[in-house]
Amino acid sequence: MYLLIFAILIPFIATALIPLIHKRIGAFHIGWFVLLVPLALFAIFVMQIPAISNGETLIQAVNWIPSLGINFTAYLDGLSLIMALLITGMGSLVVLYSIYYLSSSDSFPHFYAYLLLFMGAMLGVVLSDNLLVLYVFWELTSISSFLLIAFWYHRKNSRYGAQKSLLITVFGGFGMLAGFLMLHSMTGTFSIREIAAVLGQYTDHTLFYPAMFLVLLGAFTKSAQFPFHIWLPDAMEAPTPVSAYLHSATMVKAGIYLVARFTPLFGGSAAWFWTVTLVGLVTLFWGAFCAVRQTDLKALLAYSTISQLGLIMSLFGLGSAALHFGDGELGELYGLAIFAALFHMINHSTFKGALFMVVGIIDHQVGTRDTRRLGGLISFLPITFTFAVIGSFSMAGLPFFNGFLSKEMFFTATVNAAILPAFGASTWGLLIPVIAWIASVFTFVYCMVFVFRTFFGTPQLKKLDRKPVEPSIGMLISPAILCIFIVGLFFVPNLLGDHLLKPAMNGIIPGIPGAAPHISAWHGFNAELFMTLGIIVIGTFLFLTFRSWYKIYLIQPAGWNFTVLYNSFLKGLKRAANWITTHYMTGYLPAYFAYIFIFFIVTSGGALIFTGALSIDLTADSPIAIYEGMLIAVMVIAAISMLFAKSRLTAILLNGVLGFSIAIFFVLFRAPDLALTQLVIETVTTALFLLCFNFLPEWTKEDSPKRTKIRNAVIAISAGVTVTLIGLTVNSGRLFDSISGYFEDSYELAGGDNIVNAILGDFRAFDTMLESLVLFIAGLGVYTLIRLKLGKGTKKDEHQ
Amino acid sequence: MESLIIILVGVLTTVAIYLVLSKNVVRVILGTAILSHAVHLLILSMGGLKVGTVPLLGEEAEVYVDALPQALILTAIVISFAVTAFILVLAYRAYQELGTDNLGAMRGSDDE
Repeated sequence: MYLLIFAILIPFIATALIPLIHKRIGAFHIGWFVLLVPLALFAIFVMQIPAISNGETLIQAVNWIPSLGINFTAYLDGLSLIMALLITGMGSLVVLYSIYYLSSSDSFPHFYAYLLLFMGAMLGVVLSDNLLVLYVFWELTSISSFLLIAFWYHRKNSRYGAQKSLLITVFGGFGMLAGFLMLHSMTGTFSIREIAAVLGQYTDHTLFYPAMFLVLLGAFTKSAQFPFHIWLPDAMEAPTPVSAYLHSATMVKAGIYLVARFTPLFGGSAAWFWTVTLVGLVTLFWGAFCAVRQTDLKALLAYSTISQLGLIMSLFGLGSAALHFGDGELGELYGLAIFAALFHMINHSTFKGALFMVVGIIDHQVGTRDTRRLGGLISFLPITFTFAVIGSFSMAGLPFFNGFLSKEMFFTATVNAAILPAFGASTWGLLIPVIAWIASVFTFVYCMVFVFRTFFGTPQLKKLDRKPVEPSIGMLISPAILCIFIVGLFFVPNLLGDHLLKPAMNGIIPGIPGAAPHISAWHGFNAELFMTLGIIVIGTFLFLTFRSWYKIYLIQPAGWNFTVLYNSFLKGLKRAANWITTHYMTGYLPAYFAYIFIFFIVTSGGALIFTGALSIDLTADSPIAIYEGMLIAVMVIAAISMLFAKSRLTAILLNGVLGFSIAIFFVLFRAPDLALTQLVIETVTTALFLLCFNFLPEWTKEDSPKRTKIRNAVIAISAGVTVTLIGLTVNSGRLFDSISGYFEDSYELAGGDNIVNAILGDFRAFDTMLESLVLFIAGLGVYTLIRLKLGKGTKKDEHQ
Repeated sequence: MESLIIILVGVLTTVAIYLVLSKNVVRVILGTAILSHAVHLLILSMGGLKVGTVPLLGEEAEVYVDALPQALILTAIVISFAVTAFILVLAYRAYQELGTDNLGAMRGSDDE
């Protein structure tokens, strides 16, 4: 049974089918066909829940390139299952929503092909056990994201956003690949499970920390962590269903998934703990801080997504401390963070998905998402308003919504981190809950901005494109289902906790099963509750007095952000590439020849010398007769005098001397066929040269400057020396037996007495046939060049 | 003998490459012709020189010289002839169209 592998392949197969089906179904919306794919996959993964919640795992392997250790191994454990359910579940809702969202002028086959491509790639990422297979799927998600962001490719901003996201995530992915290769060179395997089992022995290896940071680079770029977060707001140029699906619920969680997956490998070290926690906290704060000032609702949600991803990231960092302590009271105390992270990851997908869909509805119904033009929509869009309130209040961490539960657990984890008795946390640990709390205040503020700026205040109907009315029921189904989850998870969280979160947590921090709590909304009057109360009070105050402290955003000078850095880097890159290209692509043939010869000298000559291959052994040489020595002397003299030939006629005659001398050598070296051919060819060549000279001017003395001549001489002599050394080295020893003995059976094998002819006419007959083809093509070329009339063709006629 | 031939090959290569690097089209073509001479000699010397008789089974000798390099060179001679002929005509045609045999003047415009 290869159920998991089929699950990965089904979206790809469906992608290939889309163009075929699209033509057949006529007016029927292709989205309904596409919807079947995530629904079926969702059902398949739901059926795996009982087994996984019992602590089982599924492994299905297909050998791919076993000699390189690359196998298509699909692995399903608690963590993969959560991700797979998110991918297929959110996928179903988003496809359903998109059927009503897209306008008839959009190209449906492209949209759904990209979407299914992404779905398959993302399932591949979360189900692969092999690092290289994971990497391929990882980059495929980047590519499909690129295609989806640029879906409305006639817009400049879409293209810019698509390129930005691709460059940043692929840059990180490339680093991650290097990290994977380092892991392989340490452990000798690409399987994550096998690496996890042995990596503990390699913590002192020089590659251990480089591998860790490179893997984190991949995770941070993908999950839009500070300072790589800049691509996510620009990715909002994508159609809203895409933003809901890729850029909040699934793809950006690939980085988080990677961190979770690698926690058993690297967790427990101080470097991992601090890097993941601090990057997460900074992202959490910066995202929330920036979200408040946004006037575009989608940009607000983009920054809020950055912030929430930072929150989940920091929880995985905090939870990795549990591996330092192992099973026991401390391990359970800090392992709670992992549980909270998984819980919040699911919660975030539900409420952020719902909020994106709300924005999509507003944009779709009134034609803008600018808060300065919106307001008072509550009376026009009451159902949408309800969804917005449920989603935002859950995001703000208010009670009766699932966000409250995971937010409280987040506070518990940060408060515990302040007293962490390891990693030197006693000095600065207190900062962790403080930053978390301040960031949460801003989170509360932007949640209020989202609800109140859009739905309350005086309606500005004149500024809207259309009169606001509720959308068709189809557009409301998906957010409604998400809202049911948001509320439902608050009341029955342990259903999720026991069956999904617990097995996933056990996979991330193995051996500490006691860390999973029984989730309850009421803990008594503890620090977490007061933190939440404080957020509500301070946050409400800040929201109401927003105008008076707005100036805080002006402290950051206009040109001082990472987007400017990114843009100027790209600009510089373009300029540098242009500069380099124009300087070496000169259009001057001798320059190109010089590159080729210099490259040959450096690589071949360098390899010969630095690998120690160079050896000269004259003992096996055959004796030299006097006349042979004379012939060699003649050739050397002829060759060198050619350099000083005053007229081209002298040069061509000297070339003839060389050619005929070689024919004599062929005779001496027992090669009669070669001698005959050489004589004929040399004669014809000389005649051809003379014929052409009739039409070409007499050559003039080379007028190049002395510097160029010396440079050319140096190149020529170096190349000659390199060729000589290679020849001498090859001649001084054989690494393998010659294969020529085989051809000496030519009479038995090919019925030929002449071995050379047998090789050409029988053993290598195809070569000879194609050689004749080359001759034919060259002849055709010669004929065409002579007969061809370019343009008006008058010039040539005049000469004749 | 082999070493001496290889040194000759080196000299021929040097001359050929110096000619190829020059501006004049005819010099470049001559350079390529000499380069193929050099390569033919090099290939032949790789098989060992004068260590047996002519590779004709009718000779009924104990040892024949290596026939494989000879087969390779036979192909190479013909191909190099074809290429030489082609570029000679190309040079002729370029001179007809452009009025120059100087590669420096054949650089084309900046936009290309």
